Amino acid sequence: MNHDTPDENFQIPPPERIGEERGSLTRIVQEMVFTVDHKKLGLMYIASGLLFFVVSGLMAVVIRIQLSGPRNHFVDPDTFNRLFTMHGTAMVFLVGMPIIFGFANYLVPLMIGARDMAFPRMNAFGFWVFFFSGVLLYFSYLGAPGLYAAGSAPDIGWFAYSPLTAKAFSRGHSTDYWTLSLLLGGIGSIATSINIIVTVACLRCKGMILGRMPLFVWLFLVVAFMVIIAMPPLSACQIMLILDRYCGAHFFDTQAGGSAVLWQHFFWIFGHPEVYILILPGFAITSEVIPVFSRKPIFGYPVMVAASVMIAFISLGVWAHHMFTVGMSSITNTFFAISTLLVAIPTGIKIFNWLGTMYGGKLRFELPMLFCIGFLFQFLIAGLTGVMLAIAPFDWQLNNSYFVVAHFHYVLIGGLLYTIFAGIYYWYPKALGKMPDFKLGIWHLVLFTVGFHLTFLPQHVSGALGMPRRIYTYDAGRGWDLWNLLSSIGVIFQVAGILFFVFNLIYSYVKGKKAGDDPWDAWSLEWATSSPPPSYNFETIPEVRSRRPLWDLKHPDDPDWKYE
Amino acid sequence: MTAAPAQSLEWKMPSTRKVAVISLILTESALFTIFLAAYCFYMGKSLNGPFPSQVLKFPLLATAALLSSSATVVLSEMALHRGNKGAFHLWWAVTIALGTYFLWFTGTEWNHLIFTDHLTLATNVFGTTFYSLVGLHASHVVIGLFLLTLVLVLSLLGKIPADHTEHIEMISWYWHFVDAIWVVVVTAVYIISTRF
Amino acid sequence: MKAMLPGSKRIFNHACRRLLGATPFLILFFLLSTPAYPQAGGVMRPVSDMFDPLSRPAEMIHNSSLLVLAITAGIFVVVTALLVYVVWKFRRKGPEDDLREPPQIYGSTHIELAWTVVPIIITFVLILVTSRTIGEIQNRKMPANAVQIRLVGHQWWWEVQYPKEGIVTANEIHVPVSRRNGPGERPTELTLESADVIHSFWVPQLAGKTDLIPNRKNHAWIEPFATGTFFGSCAAFCGTQHANMLLRVIVHEPEDYDRWVKEMKQPVVAAQPGLAGKGHDAFFSHSCVNCHKVDGTVAAGVFGPNLTKLMTRQTIGAGVAPLTPETLRAWVRDPQSIKTGCLMPDMQLPDNEVDSITAYLLTLK
Repeated sequence: MNHDTPDENFQIPPPERIGEERGSLTRIVQEMVFTVDHKKLGLMYIASGLLFFVVSGLMAVVIRIQLSGPRNHFVDPDTFNRLFTMHGTAMVFLVGMPIIFGFANYLVPLMIGARDMAFPRMNAFGFWVFFFSGVLLYFSYLGAPGLYAAGSAPDIGWFAYSPLTAKAFSRGHSTDYWTLSLLLGGIGSIATSINIIVTVACLRCKGMILGRMPLFVWLFLVVAFMVIIAMPPLSACQIMLILDRYCGAHFFDTQAGGSAVLWQHFFWIFGHPEVYILILPGFAITSEVIPVFSRKPIFGYPVMVAASVMIAFISLGVWAHHMFTVGMSSITNTFFAISTLLVAIPTGIKIFNWLGTMYGGKLRFELPMLFCIGFLFQFLIAGLTGVMLAIAPFDWQLNNSYFVVAHFHYVLIGGLLYTIFAGIYYWYPKALGKMPDFKLGIWHLVLFTVGFHLTFLPQHVSGALGMPRRIYTYDAGRGWDLWNLLSSIGVIFQVAGILFFVFNLIYSYVKGKKAGDDPWDAWSLEWATSSPPPSYNFETIPEVRSRRPLWDLKHPDDPDWKYE
Repeated sequence: MTAAPAQSLEWKMPSTRKVAVISLILTESALFTIFLAAYCFYMGKSLNGPFPSQVLKFPLLATAALLSSSATVVLSEMALHRGNKGAFHLWWAVTIALGTYFLWFTGTEWNHLIFTDHLTLATNVFGTTFYSLVGLHASHVVIGLFLLTLVLVLSLLGKIPADHTEHIEMISWYWHFVDAIWVVVVTAVYIISTRF
Repeated sequence: MKAMLPGSKRIFNHACRRLLGATPFLILFFLLSTPAYPQAGGVMRPVSDMFDPLSRPAEMIHNSSLLVLAITAGIFVVVTALLVYVVWKFRRKGPEDDLREPPQIYGSTHIELAWTVVPIIITFVLILVTSRTIGEIQNRKMPANAVQIRLVGHQWWWEVQYPKEGIVTANEIHVPVSRRNGPGERPTELTLESADVIHSFWVPQLAGKTDLIPNRKNHAWIEPFATGTFFGSCAAFCGTQHANMLLRVIVHEPEDYDRWVKEMKQPVVAAQPGLAGKGHDAFFSHSCVNCHKVDGTVAAGVFGPNLTKLMTRQTIGAGVAPLTPETLRAWVRDPQSIKTGCLMPDMQLPDNEVDSITAYLLTLK
């Protein structure tokens, strides 16, 4: 793809070669392996992410079975420790990151009126590096057997605090699989993010100044910048850990005057922006879905952009709120409590803006909208428990307890996953040309929501009653039994909900109603082409005059550009 | 597409190459920042020697070589823009030579540090952070030299089209970045930490 | 039952009737008691509820957290009400709603300002509360009579040292209760260190948690206002048996605490003859002494917990099981069967030595 030649010279590629069977398995696999098309890569990212979601989710099921009652013997402690490490690591790096990059890949070029990402081959490279890193992480289950309690999947927790990861305490190679997998994954993420930045900066269609981009694109631009700044600290951590473990380095070696806390600083300088990297795409999806199903433009577009940028900046300065208990000075603790509370302000503003968009609208309760409403409610709870955790003294009690587990599952499942469901139901017709089934979607929504709250709401209580994280069992009589049982029962409903979801995806593809170009009556450019779009996206590159080009087309008497 | 009046301004988007290289420089700066932070954090914290003040000498010639290589690469670019292929090749080659000298110097310095002063990655936290920071920079010099050499060879073979000046400029931007990092590293390592 | 004189029989019947009458109350009393454990420790407090603070730092946290909860609950109610209202009021009511789009509002500076300023004010209040509580807890000056404890974290047990008194024990911290605002005010200051990886000291009813980090000395303090046994745990993932690195803090009346200190300083009773004597000899000829210390003897190992007055403790293996003769014997036979992965290996002792060593350990009180 040559970005130097103008698009006027674009010729629609000739139709498929005659005689080759469409849809044969060889053809499909070949296309997948060699494709550089952003749409195919986007779907491959999402499909891989969902696959890892199911695997990692099953690990959580085992965790909850083990914790359903006191002193269970369903799994032994080492197995349990591997389960929660793999569950956390996979959910962040093999589910969250690829799914958000999948959405970005598929939609950003379409939304800005481009034919593909800026660097299609690097795009493919990013995908395959991620996929390999995922396989590498799970390969650790089979990987080289080693000494006692070693040679299997990593069991150090997803944030792998030193010195637990030192060779002395983490024998064998399980930690090394974790390190290498994340190092590779980071390279893929950075490559994809550079691609997104260049695409958004350089490939927007005529008339699409930055102030006319969909909020989805804005948020992913911010996310991409956050990735290229925040991911290298993680890569640095991994390099330092490898040097410590194999070359005798002393980065985190407390025997040689090294600091165990330094790992925490460097990790959380990555780790905190990472969680914003994960949730901002959720905001991106919500900012597209809510306006369309409220039949109104997003309320306060400039403020939404400013709030997103503020969140990105502030999030780089809050990392030590994960370290309130390590014994930092009162000044340091106060500083990070303040910065953490500050980041809640732009985040809260966004919730109000979404409510403001719905206010005065004509709300259509289709599946994407229902999941976004769920997101609003659950993210509110998550944000408020986050405010509680920002209060350092409160955090001295709540940190490393099940309260934190409840908080971040409300953010990531109640928040991010619900928006992912919303996004999948919303753009399913565009990508696959069929409408998702509404009834199956309702079963999915209701079952999963019941299960989600049943599992994670009680965990706030067990945390407040003193139950620490990452314990493979607990004693009866501590007041934790009932909450853990409820938590485990909730899993049944969540699994049922996911089954309906997966079934819906498949069933709708086979039997679903055909979707037109624009089944939801939406306003951004991806709905201006066929469902699914052709490989070249648009016959002619569009030209836009406002933030809602399709609104202008549908309402020539009352176009947006008159008011913006 | 709409009945609105046509846009009068020409639609000019930034160059993809430039934005990509700027993004790459941003991300690499973030990586270097962490290794620099580790170096600064551990200044004065080694439990045993050798210590920076004992074994480090300010690398005057090497620094001068590397920094002048930024100037020579600019001269080379200017020649390219003028169409003077000969001068372009000459200054580009001088840049490579200066960069190679810098690497050679690093090699001899490390040889001395390891075998005479007995400072390795494993000796103390100074050794750990010194070799990782300076080594990270040196690896980027290696990559830069590889790219510069590639350009020189391809250009001498006549394989670079005439309109690829921006591509070549991007390589020089990367080289400038490597030099700028060195300014920061040499200040932290050879000026500030030699007080310890 | 032995034969009794008629007079005492009357008394006996009378006593039985009184007892029978008291039975409902006795049953109620036992039902309401927290689960009983064999050793003494005053009131057992296994439910470590952070909202039931019984120590000054935990109270300080509790007070500020109540305000935070009130504010967040208020925000929750308001925003949820808004959400419910909006979802209800502006729902699409039928096909007639599809004929026209609603008014296309792009934003409103006034409204934006309002819902920015209010959160800023709330945040400001929270910042004030937070900084005050942080200062209150972290900058407290310890009085001269404060108990000093050095707590060292190990994988997966707690080493408890009283440097001033010269006492070392394991997995249980004994402290005196403090009386508010007066001469009886006596907090306990803890220095927290680690022998291996990061651990965390957390006894919710007594204080917020503080980590134990190798090559770093952290400080924490507690000031219990009620006696009893408080339950806590390690709260930083530290490896295989992190779940069973439990902790108990036993708060005594001041006189009981002084008596405890005195008893801990007394040397160990000399070995008994018989099985315990055989066990004593086995213990001191095997490698037990390489890891364990028993005050007043030549056993001076510091890798494992100090076993002085072992039988005064409530649990074995840092809380993995209550300490009874049966669990003690099981541990001596093979600790891996109770706490798999712990750093005491299966010593592969023959049964008779298991019995004798257990008998010896049972004398350590």
